[in-house]
Parts: sequence; structure tokens; C-alpha cells
Amino acid sequence: MPKSEDFNTKNFPTWCPGCGDFSIWSALKGAFVALGIEPHQCVVVYGIGCSGNMCSFVNTYGFEGLHGRGLPVACGIKMANHQLPVLMVGGDGDLLGEGMGHFIHACRANHHVATLIHNNQVYGLTTGQTAPTSEKGAKTKSTPSGVIEEQTNPITLALTAGATFVARGFSGDIPHLTDLIVKAVSHKGFAVLDVLQPCVTFNKVNTYAWFRERVYKLEESGYRQTTKPAAIERAFEPWSEKLPLGIFWQEEKPTYEDSLPQLKNGPLVERDLSHIDISKLSEEFR
Amino acid sequence: MERFTWKIGGQAGFGIATSGQLFARMCVAAGRFVADYSEKPNRIRGGHNTHQVTIADKPLYAASREVDLLVALDKDSAFLHLKELASGAAVIYDGEKITLTAEDLGRGDVTLHSVPLARFAKEVGGEEVMRNTVGIGASLGFMGCDFAPLERVLTSAFGKKPEHLVANLKAAREGFEYVRTQGGGHHACPLTQKLSSPHIVIPGNEAMALGAIQAGCTFYAAYPMSPSSSILHYLAGKAETTGMVVKHAEDEISVINMALGASYAGARAMIGTSGGGFSLMVESLGLAGIAEIPLVIAEVMRPGPATGMPTWTEASDLQFVIHAAQGEFPRVVLAPGDVEEAFHHTLLAFNLAERWQAPVFLLSDKNLGEHSRSAPPFDTSSYRIDRGKLLTQKDLSGDKPFKRYALTADGVSPRPRPGLKGGVYLSNSYEHDYFGYSDESSEMRVAQADKRMKKLEGIAHEMPKPLILGPSKAPFTLVTWGSMKGPVREAMERLGEEKMKVNIVHFSGMWPFPKKETEKLLSSQKHLVLVENNATAQFGSLLKEQTGIDIKDKLLKYDGRPWFPEELMAAIKERL
Repeated sequence: MPKSEDFNTKNFPTWCPGCGDFSIWSALKGAFVALGIEPHQCVVVYGIGCSGNMCSFVNTYGFEGLHGRGLPVACGIKMANHQLPVLMVGGDGDLLGEGMGHFIHACRANHHVATLIHNNQVYGLTTGQTAPTSEKGAKTKSTPSGVIEEQTNPITLALTAGATFVARGFSGDIPHLTDLIVKAVSHKGFAVLDVLQPCVTFNKVNTYAWFRERVYKLEESGYRQTTKPAAIERAFEPWSEKLPLGIFWQEEKPTYEDSLPQLKNGPLVERDLSHIDISKLSEEFR
Repeated sequence: MERFTWKIGGQAGFGIATSGQLFARMCVAAGRFVADYSEKPNRIRGGHNTHQVTIADKPLYAASREVDLLVALDKDSAFLHLKELASGAAVIYDGEKITLTAEDLGRGDVTLHSVPLARFAKEVGGEEVMRNTVGIGASLGFMGCDFAPLERVLTSAFGKKPEHLVANLKAAREGFEYVRTQGGGHHACPLTQKLSSPHIVIPGNEAMALGAIQAGCTFYAAYPMSPSSSILHYLAGKAETTGMVVKHAEDEISVINMALGASYAGARAMIGTSGGGFSLMVESLGLAGIAEIPLVIAEVMRPGPATGMPTWTEASDLQFVIHAAQGEFPRVVLAPGDVEEAFHHTLLAFNLAERWQAPVFLLSDKNLGEHSRSAPPFDTSSYRIDRGKLLTQKDLSGDKPFKRYALTADGVSPRPRPGLKGGVYLSNSYEHDYFGYSDESSEMRVAQADKRMKKLEGIAHEMPKPLILGPSKAPFTLVTWGSMKGPVREAMERLGEEKMKVNIVHFSGMWPFPKKETEKLLSSQKHLVLVENNATAQFGSLLKEQTGIDIKDKLLKYDGRPWFPEELMAAIKERL
């Protein structure tokens, strides 16, 4: 059985003291242990940002892609080797700013990939500009007079785009977050896990205390997953007042990989390439 | 040598391309050599489309511009191509639908032949589009050929839909007999040449697609873009037969990143696009470079910049693909010149990509990608898939992180695929250490940059060398690259028939540049003439940069059309 230490590397995290990324890092390692996944048995794809810097601190097969472009890499890995668990770890700027288009299409396709969005409402690694998840009116380095755009809600976005597992966790509750990561990875389909996370350096509004006053657990609130509109309604609770945690929606649907007859006899990476014969195809050009 | 050029023209939506392909296949089935050429505006309905097929009794390298027999499905088709009609050419048109007279055309040397194309199509119970089939039948009658080759090719095209087959055969027969009874057949181009085994007739895009299948490509991703889309269409259509996963992704950025993911995972991966789509992929090309991920990229060029001229041709992205992306990393650029090279360079591209863990371009264009030529079926007997230093489980032991980016003599480090025990590493877009972890130290930066760039020395030995075609010495040497090979070679052959001697130096291995071979080949020639399909002589600049050889005499064409053999012949004759 794997142990949490197995997932450490020679590198120690470089995040700011108190950063929510430490908790997500712990929860991720804890989830691997709970799932019984050994370091060589999965791939984690990372975006660029403070969250993506986790790539150097997690001992599994990893892929640190380009800013915003991690999800297509994750989907490509999954299509090539659908037996391998694939996770995507990225920030709100990465997955919902530069990469929002890919995010929506990955939801539509229902690739079997679990996606963790580090949602701190700010760009940390570039020193504190607005993120798509910033509240309207938020004053940041790039929006000194306040954000004009509407705040992106990753939960409603994922629900309407077709993700088959949509949940929210909080970096201030590691056991709960660990459990959600386990469920997201176990879910057969595209899983979105929005993780609320304070940026202690560049976001002085959405602090641990601010979140603690607003979060509550769906499973303790009497919420039942009945219909998608009901899930969307719950996800639309006002950001400034109530922040539900837990699973909003989960459904079983064939994954993208399930729907490819080409993968019925095993993953592409195990294909025997030694006896390819194109003569019949060539005949068709006569 | 005998050459005959047939052309069909009409509005987009008339089924021009399908008819052209059918005609070409018919001639090949009869044992002839063909090369075709098509023009179409960037729209689905309306606008003027043409397809022409040059037929010969000896190997042919490009379609002629001059037309011997024109099937004009509308009035525009007759008037728009007046200048292309050879002296003594004939025009088949539907006199019951359009009025056309020799006086209107102002060409006393051209004969007009009315055939009731639409009426015959209707009489056999076919749709209007079947008048093309009547036109092909009439053409065959006119050329003085047997009906058998057409019957064979229609049977193969419509064999699965018996009612279509019957109607098409009838329509073709009506056109054929009508022309015969009207005394046709004096424009004789009998399709009697018999090759012991008929050739295939294939466009460059499909040749590359077949190459990808033969090379063991199991993942192809693309976003539709003319003129590269037929690679996607062909591979998607065959996906369930070949077992390839063919993904039409949401945009080109996703296309290249999906392919990088699939390649990192251990699949042979390829993508296809044109210049505009490649522009979107550029940052990710650098990712392939720094993370050392094999990837084959088909860039099928069209005239730019921006949307440019989507359905026309140009070869103006050479400097772009050689230099695309920030930073420095090794890449390979192959520019196949004909359908044989399109196939074989694709086989080579996959081996180079995996042996050198680098991106490899197949730089083609509309002229090669969408135009067919007859060729013997591709010989695959000597091809061996070489996956380079891709490791298997038996190569790995222990469970320590793996030094994926260890320094080696040739710059290539062993590569495990994720899932294997003992191979855990990070593939990283940041500069990294031996394990792939981000590292910004000056020592590691230099070590990794040197390791990557060292690959170019090894790659250079495996590149296709420039070819000398024709006599080893000649008064004029045409220097060219990529798809210009076809018309340049055809011009050389035809000049030779007129007792004028030229030779060709053709490049298909563009980067890393074959400096020594080039200097050797070019320094002994008398008068170099550069032939390119762009406005700025991009290859000329590369040649000068790499060897100091500056070709002053340049033939540059950038009107969206390829060079035609006749144009090149005229240009050489001016220099004599």
C-alpha cells in the first residue's frame, strides 16, 4: 500500500506560508493513499501558476504544460491510455481564463479526467491581478478601479457544459477535501472539483475567516441530487452569503473513451505495430 | 510523348471534383499516367469550379495548363478558360441549356460540340448532377476510346448502390453513343496503354494519411482547415478499420496539446493543419521542443497572411515553420515534392520524431495535398518502425524517480511511458533538471540547452538529401523545393523533348539544412534559376544564409496558383 511520503519529491514546496496550496497538496497525496494508487500508476497534468508549481512536489508521472493548455494534454493522455488514472491540477486563471474554452469542451466530451481548480479569485504567481473568479468590483493590480466583468462560477459552468461530476471543496477542511478528490478520481467521467482556497498574499478579502463564515456542507443540509436545474439553483446561491461544499451533481454516462470502438481491445499505447498492412487501403485508390 | 488534357468546369455544387476524380481513375484504370489540377472558390454553392486531368503514355509529373477538351457545364466555363484552350481544342456543352457560338468565343481554331447533357441525365431518371456522367461519357466517345474503362470505374464507384450504378452507366452510355453517332472520335487519345499493374491515383494528403497508418500512428488530431482537411476526413473515415483515434478538437491549440499528451503517453501521434491553424499552435511547438516529445505535424500551406486564399496554393510558410516559437530547440522540416515523397517522408517523419524526440514537420501545400497523380502502389517492404529510446517495463527497475533528461552523447535520453514502474518523471514546459523538475540554475540551463541542440548534428545524417534530376550538367539548373518539384520536372521533360537541356536540384529535407551536399551540388552548375511559389524567395534566403550561395535569377509566383510546366518552359526559353 502506498504511503503519503511516497508522493514527496526531493523538492519542498515554495508556496507562501499559509497558502491554501499546502492543504490541497496534502489532500491530493492522502487521496492517492486512500485510492491505493502507486506513484507510477497515474499521471497528473498541471497548469501554470502557483497551483501548477505543485508539479515539482508530487512524485507521480507528471506533465507541466502551458498556461491554460493542460486539459487537452490530459485528454490526449487519457485517449492514448484510458486505463491510466489522469488528473488535472490548475488554477482559476489557468483553467477558466486562458483555458476556459478547453474546460467547456472537456466537460462536453466527458473524458475520464478529474480536474482540480485552485480557486483563489486572484492571479498569484504573476503577483495579484484579477482572475475570472474575482468578485465584480474587486480591486486588484490590473483592475485598480474594480473588476467590471461578472464573476465566473465554475460550478454552474461545469453543470451546464455537461461535466458528469461537479463538486466543491475548501482548502480549510483537508479530510473533506481528500474525500472529494477520492470521489472525483473514482468517478467514471469528467469530474470537476472547485477548491476554494485563500491566497494569503494577494487576496486580503477572501481569507480563511471569510470562507469559514460562509461554507456549509451540502450533505449536511438535506440537499439531494434530484435534477440538474436543482443543482444549478443551489450553485447560484450568492457568493457573498453562502458557499455550499460537497457534490452538486454526479451522473453515470459513457465516457469519451468508452464511446471509441478503437479502444475496445486495449489502450493505444499497447497496440502491436509490427504487422501493419496498407495494401487493401491502397487498392481503393486504383 | 503523348499528352492530352481534359477539363470540366461549372458552378460549385455541380459535382465537379467528383467527376474529375472519376475521370482520372478511369484513365489510370486503362493503364495511363495522369496528373490533375483543380480550382475552387472558398464556398460550397455558386462560384466557378474546375477540375482538369492531364493524361499521358509515359510518367507524368504535373498537369498541363493547356486544355484539349473542355466540358463546359455553364457558359462561364467556356469563356473563363478561353486562353487555356489549345489550338484545335474542343468544347462539349449543352446546347439545349446554353447558347454558345464560335463567334462568341472568338476562337476559330476551337470546335464546339453540343450534347444534351441535362436531357440525357433526366431521361435515365437521374438527378441534374448526373449530367457530369453524361459529359464524361461524351468525352470518352470524343477521345475515340472504348467504353470499358468507364464502365469499370463507375462499377467500382457505385457498386454498393445498384440503382445509382445502373443510372450512371446509362447516362454515361448515352453521352458516349451520342458523340459517336455525331462523328466524334477524331480527337483521338486512345486509352490503350497497358501497364502490367495499373497505378494508384492519389493526392498528397491521402498519401500522407496512408503513410501515417503504415508508420503506426494511432492518434491523429486536427481542426478542419483547407487545404489540410482531407487528411482528417480520410483518417476519420478509416478509423474503425485502422483502430486509430482521430479527434476533431475544439481548436488548433487543443489539437497540438492533445497530440502531445498522447505522444507523452506513448502513442505515435500526428496533427494536421494549414498556416493559420499552425499559427495558433506555435507556443505548444516550443513545449514539444523543451519537453522533448515526438510529434509529426503536417502543415499544408495556402496563401496567407490571415485567412488569405483558403482554397488556393502557395509555399510561403517555410521560414515560418523553421523559426516558429520563442527560444531555441531542434526541429525537423521535410517538404515532400510528390505523392511518393509525401508517403515515404511521412514514414521517415515518425521515425525521426521518436528517434530524436522532437517535432517533425511535413510541409506540404494545396498543390501537392489536393492534386492527384498516378504512381505505383507505395513500396513498404523496407520500412521498419523505429521507436528510438522508448523504454518498456523490462528496461526499468526500482521505484526511484527516473532521470528522463539525463545527458547523453547524442542528446537523446531514454523515455519511459507513464504507467511503467521505475520510470516516474515530470514532463515540463519549464527548464528542468534530469528528472524534469523545474530548475533555473545556470549550469542546468546550459546542460539541458546543449543536450537538446546536440540532436541537430545527429538528425542531419538522417535527412533526405537534395536530389539532382536530369543530366548531371546543363546550361540551366532549376533549384526548387517541395511541391514545385512536379511542374519543374514536367517542364524539364518537355524541354528535353524539344532538345533543350536543363536539370533540377530539388530539396525536400529543409531543416536541418544539408549544407555540405548543397555546396557540392550547386557549385558545379553553370546558371542557377530559383523556382518558388512565394513572393520573397524564402528558400533563396535560407540557401544564402546557410551556404552563402545567392541565386540572383529567380522565378517567383504568388498568385494562388502553382507553377504550370508551360510557364516554366517559356521562362527558360526566354533565357536561351
